[in-house]
Amino acid sequence: MGKFWALKKSIWVFHMCTGSCNNCDIEILDCLTPKFDLERFGILLVGSIRHADVILVTGAVTRKCLPRMKLTWEQMPQPKLVVGIGSCALSTGIFSPGYNIVGPVDKHIPVHAYVPGCPPKPEAIIDGVVKLVGSLG
Amino acid sequence: MNQKTIIPVGPFHPLQEEPEFFELEVEGEKVIDITVNIGYNHRSIEKIAESKTFDQMVFLVERICGICSTSHPIANCNAVEDLAGIEIPERAKYIRSIVGELERLHSHLLWAGLAGHFIGYNTLWMWVWKYREPILDLFEAVTGNRNHYAMMKPGGVRQDIEEGAIPALSKGLDEAEKKIEMVTKAALDDPVLAARLKGVGILSKEEAIDYCAVGPTARASGVDIDVRKDEPYAAYGLVDWKIITQEDGDVFAKVVVRLLECFESIKIIRQCLQKLKTTKGDIAVQVKEIPPGEGIGHHEAPRGETFHYIRSDGSNMPVRLKVRAPTYVNLPTCKVTVPGESVADATIILAAIDPCYCCTERLVKVIDRERGRKWKWEDLLRLSRKKTERIKKRMGISHE
Repeated sequence: MGKFWALKKSIWVFHMCTGSCNNCDIEILDCLTPKFDLERFGILLVGSIRHADVILVTGAVTRKCLPRMKLTWEQMPQPKLVVGIGSCALSTGIFSPGYNIVGPVDKHIPVHAYVPGCPPKPEAIIDGVVKLVGSLG
Repeated sequence: MNQKTIIPVGPFHPLQEEPEFFELEVEGEKVIDITVNIGYNHRSIEKIAESKTFDQMVFLVERICGICSTSHPIANCNAVEDLAGIEIPERAKYIRSIVGELERLHSHLLWAGLAGHFIGYNTLWMWVWKYREPILDLFEAVTGNRNHYAMMKPGGVRQDIEEGAIPALSKGLDEAEKKIEMVTKAALDDPVLAARLKGVGILSKEEAIDYCAVGPTARASGVDIDVRKDEPYAAYGLVDWKIITQEDGDVFAKVVVRLLECFESIKIIRQCLQKLKTTKGDIAVQVKEIPPGEGIGHHEAPRGETFHYIRSDGSNMPVRLKVRAPTYVNLPTCKVTVPGESVADATIILAAIDPCYCCTERLVKVIDRERGRKWKWEDLLRLSRKKTERIKKRMGISHE
């Protein structure tokens, strides 16, 4: 992944929920708060996809979210990385029989790192992101 | 000059855990109408539930929402028990209440932090979330997980709280209470928060009743509605606590209700832990068969009444599960609270009902109809934060 060397110092992440239960999402926010403090690795949560280097995707991808997820991914500047967080993003989990579920995420956009768990603990999310940073360049 | 603007908010924003869509129609600075568009997070849970057994269904409804992830199981189990006529053991009742109230604590603190973030008080966000962590540690000690506790099952609870664990839990609770007390005092005495939130987004008592608001949203408008008192289940009829209400109905009243409710929750947990020491026995009854019929179950979730309806045909799977989440009834109240307010206040008013993005879903959109200008949630947040800055400047308080 040679072309990603530029991202090694400070990764800006964007969080996108495609139909999850909120838990992965609050655990992502938890990573930013004083106990876990993801910012010490230079990782910052940003509000706009155009500023982001990495998207953190949670949820099983609902029919209504799918076009918006693709659009968001297309709007992201290169080089782009995707991290799937939680069982739903990885395999659609407990929601797989649902008629409105078109996931998992990697069926529609390439995913570079997977963090399993329902929900993954903040430690696991940090571990996943740090491993991704370590694998760059 | 008469210019109408529609501002879109959402669907993907770092703080909106779940996508939801609001359209604010504005005239200059003033909001004149709001439209809510939901369905981004529809995961067909009610349909999936029809292919699960009654035991499996609890795990499914737990995943309706991660923040109130014990409310739906409690309501669901209440419904199954109502259907089958099961009376759960007393010990299970206390454990259910302990988990339910711990959840209220963590949820209210989570909301207080997010509210701080919405009005540009990131210090409050970081501060409150730091003190929320000990509550999650208590959860880990009681249930084995930080979220998705998997404690409920039809007929009782899955795990016991050992007597040896009670002193450590009480100690953790005492420490958490001190921190919450400090945050509460600091937040309620803060002149900027008062200036920013008092008199904003008022929902009158009549409107709260007309819109069938539930939970803290209704209680902040002086309606003392609470399923735990009105129709006691679990251990809520066996312990001493009171309903917190406020009369003003503005955003500040909602903050007061939520923060003061934290102390009532701590009171309930303490009493339940005491009772656990003397109440011996099973933590669950064996459920052999679910007869054909209908059952309903309520639970007062942190956001209001969660309602579950179950119909069974006598097999081991439900024929129909219907869920009504509190946000679904609270969300329409923004039709009266948001219009007439400034755009800068819209975010915090919308956030004040504590919309559960997963239980319902949301996204707001604001478009300038005349000029075709599109506003985003970030612009709204910026406006909201600027207003706090202005108030601080006027009061002579320097930036944090």
